[in-house]
Amino acid sequence: MKAAVLVFPGSNREGDVAQAIELVTGRRPTMVWHGDGDFEKVDLIVVPGGFSYGDYLRCGAMAAQSPVMAEVKKRAAKGVPVLGICNGFQIVTEAGLLPGTLMRNSHLKFVCSDVHLKVETSQSLFTNRYQAGQVIRVPVAHAEGNYFADADTMKRLEDRGQVAFRYCSPEGLVDGSGNPNGSSSNIAGVFNETKTVLGLMPHPENAVEPMFGGTDGKALFEGMVEALS
Amino acid sequence: MTVAAEKNPPVKLPNEPTITPQIVAEHGLAPDEYERLLKIMGRTPTMVELGIFSAMWSEHCSYKSSKVWLKKLPTKAPWVIQGPGENAGVIDIGDGQAAIFKMESHNHPSYIEPYQGAATGVGGILRDVFTMGARPVANLNALRFGDPAHPKTRHLVSGVVAGIAGYGNCMGIPTVGGETNFHPAYNGNILVNAMTVGIAPTDKIFYSAAAGLGNPMVYVGSKTGRDGIHGATMSSTEFNEDSESKRPTVQVGDPFVEKLLLEACLELMATDAIVAIQDMGAAGLTSSSFEMAAKGGLGLEMALDKVPMRETGMNPYELMLSESQERMLIVLKPGREEMARKIFEKWELDFAVVGHLTDTERMVLTWHGDVVANIPIPPLVTEAPMYERPWKLTELPAELDAAKVPAPKDWKASLLKLMGSPDLASKSWLWKQYDHLIMGNTAIRPQDGDAALVRVAQRTKALSHKGLAMTSDCTPRYVQAHPETGGRQAVAEAWRNITAVGARPLAVTDNMNFGNPQKPEIMGQFAGAIMGMAEACRVLDFPVVSGNVSLYNETEGRPILPTPTIGAVGVIDDIATSVGSRLTKAGLSLVLLGETKGWLGQSIYLRELHGREEGAPPPVDLKVERRNGDFVRGEIVARRVAACHDLSDGGLLVALAEMCVAGGTGATIKLPAGSAAPHAYLYGEDQGRYLVATADGGALVEAAKKAGVPAVQLGYSGGVEIAVEGLLALSLAELRAAHEAWLPNYMNSAA
Repeated sequence: MKAAVLVFPGSNREGDVAQAIELVTGRRPTMVWHGDGDFEKVDLIVVPGGFSYGDYLRCGAMAAQSPVMAEVKKRAAKGVPVLGICNGFQIVTEAGLLPGTLMRNSHLKFVCSDVHLKVETSQSLFTNRYQAGQVIRVPVAHAEGNYFADADTMKRLEDRGQVAFRYCSPEGLVDGSGNPNGSSSNIAGVFNETKTVLGLMPHPENAVEPMFGGTDGKALFEGMVEALS
Repeated sequence: MTVAAEKNPPVKLPNEPTITPQIVAEHGLAPDEYERLLKIMGRTPTMVELGIFSAMWSEHCSYKSSKVWLKKLPTKAPWVIQGPGENAGVIDIGDGQAAIFKMESHNHPSYIEPYQGAATGVGGILRDVFTMGARPVANLNALRFGDPAHPKTRHLVSGVVAGIAGYGNCMGIPTVGGETNFHPAYNGNILVNAMTVGIAPTDKIFYSAAAGLGNPMVYVGSKTGRDGIHGATMSSTEFNEDSESKRPTVQVGDPFVEKLLLEACLELMATDAIVAIQDMGAAGLTSSSFEMAAKGGLGLEMALDKVPMRETGMNPYELMLSESQERMLIVLKPGREEMARKIFEKWELDFAVVGHLTDTERMVLTWHGDVVANIPIPPLVTEAPMYERPWKLTELPAELDAAKVPAPKDWKASLLKLMGSPDLASKSWLWKQYDHLIMGNTAIRPQDGDAALVRVAQRTKALSHKGLAMTSDCTPRYVQAHPETGGRQAVAEAWRNITAVGARPLAVTDNMNFGNPQKPEIMGQFAGAIMGMAEACRVLDFPVVSGNVSLYNETEGRPILPTPTIGAVGVIDDIATSVGSRLTKAGLSLVLLGETKGWLGQSIYLRELHGREEGAPPPVDLKVERRNGDFVRGEIVARRVAACHDLSDGGLLVALAEMCVAGGTGATIKLPAGSAAPHAYLYGEDQGRYLVATADGGALVEAAKKAGVPAVQLGYSGGVEIAVEGLLALSLAELRAAHEAWLPNYMNSAA
């Protein structure tokens, strides 16, 4: 699997995801600068976490207008898989690759902690190494992760199985106790209609080694390798 | 001293006021200091020159009250690459890697404007570390707030925590450790001490001494605005009721620009273009330019009109004294300007060649061609005021007889009260606001061990497991009671924290927060603390490699508790051999290492349950400290220990409760025969002790005895209660609720 990781001014988890990909594939991904609208052909495009353009104006709003994102939109339309994590999720929603938006956390504070996620489906190139209904533990680190979409969109997401992950309790109960940011329907991650674009707030890239936060995030990268190699 | 006739006397700027005694006083210069200035200059200074002297000779920049004492601290060891005097200290951590670190205060600004004050405190210390070529890998902070009941405290906690989070999270540096305490003595002066640790290759460390006649001096980063003017002077006086009016002296930070500056500087540092580099911190362009030129024994000509400016109509005085953030001064090799410019333009940062080095040893500043300041550099440094202020040591208070301290009437209530008290309550509320996981290297998270532990990727192996352990510590009530003991204890506890995770303590950075040094008792606290620290650093082979002094932490004559915060760094070869303090398994034997006499003087128990702050603080026997610590570390690294916690505030029972709550496993212990009275044994704060969980308690006690370390098996882990035979049985759920509820409840309650 050949991956590209985008780098915007203010990105700061690009190294974490690059390291996770390297750990799983043995191969360092290509780092692509935000001004670079023309980069090599890859099997996967990762939009990483951070504070692109300082999160000024609105998280992800400026990055969504960058030259590199214009190219990402074109490739996504052709079916090239795109993974947006945290700020990357915000960017891909701002770019229109995924429905909905990420609002300020309901408690108005930044939150960094481990959360539990319920995997909604194993039927995607991102989640094929998980079981549907499986509970995994990965961290979140964000101030704007409160997923919101209008009622029609929410219904469509649910009907078409576009919800990828939901926040839950350690026992797998999808209720308020496990929701770190007030997201609608506890949504932590969503797919596009074709399930080739995934956006999620949690950081699977920070859960790939036993001594550094556990390994529950590793299967996401392994699954992509399996699907894309 | 003679002064050569000036070739270029400065011109008077339009609207420049005539220097009067009042203007001199407003610049914080004492009359004799102004006399000294006149002697150096040989004439009346211009306003720009007066401003420069004022900043350079402020307590904050000149260390004029503290220097004579700081010299007494040991600063050398074979692993020390750079001690105090540079932007940060540098130590060798093996494999061609250096750890670069420092702690710095931002107390006064954080009280006036908590969010920006704390944020720029983090920004400033980050710059100090990456200026030297390091990529920052961890942040820590030590915070002291006033009485929770004080009307300003909640607002200050909220703002400071948000400011630290706002800056550190955006920079992408994990905030992994620190401490947060409350005491009424900080009502009018909170303490915000921020520490950064970075990693650099030992052969790629950058220093600030300018070199190379004619080399260009380059300004990079943010534009200069009018924020923070006179910040250094403001931080060198006591507060009074109109300190709120000093808000314009507080800088405003932009972590996004700093992130760009970090990446741009590291990119430039990967080339060979840099001769010297220095960040603009306190007293901005003034101190950075003088320090670089002075260290290099050179002169500097700088055209201030070339400095990138944020607003129109700024004048040389403002440019030299602004403390706008996210700026650096760099001496480049000749001919590298365009290559460097391209890097900074890529990162959308300002870049301007503002001057060049000369051999005159003078600082000549021009403004559209006119000279506006012309100052001889060496005397500004060598003739800077240095005071041996009168000092009076605090006498050691009488030892408090434990028999005169009542035992708790209700043991359960006493433990609940302590674990839910402001100083001991869980600080999860604030840790959750700091990104402590970014970079993917955090092995021991906040509250999971006595020190934070972060992996440092080695250059030789893609993913090795060498780790840096880091902590910050100080027990101000001990220092207040007896500064020498308190200074010794602060160093010893930091050393113990590093040891308790299995790492080898290597070096410290000190952040000395005290009151008004012109009062002999305050200067005596400073002197006493230094004596204690120096002794501890010497015995523990724990040199001081960097530090910062913050004086005048007083409001209307009321000083803070003397607070010499110790930041410390240690190394462990393989993180797999480290331990945290969480008790996660049943059936482990609990062994207490070190001697317990039941010292209740100055204990948290005495303060929280009996409202008394009395007696002598617990003595620290440094030889015993070292013996016990070396033994514990050896056992940990040999993998014979499952969890370890050093005993500090609240003593044995609080340590056990913390281990149980953090790990979700209960424990049952029994007091050994012949021990001190139960409340003294369980809540006493004797030093040099560790509580250890191990699979084979008998073997550990045997080994300890051989090493001359007092050891006793107290009981076992397991169950859902914490129990002391005959005294106490308390459910973990109830204990956890009390422990975790205090801070969120406090922050969410109406003011």
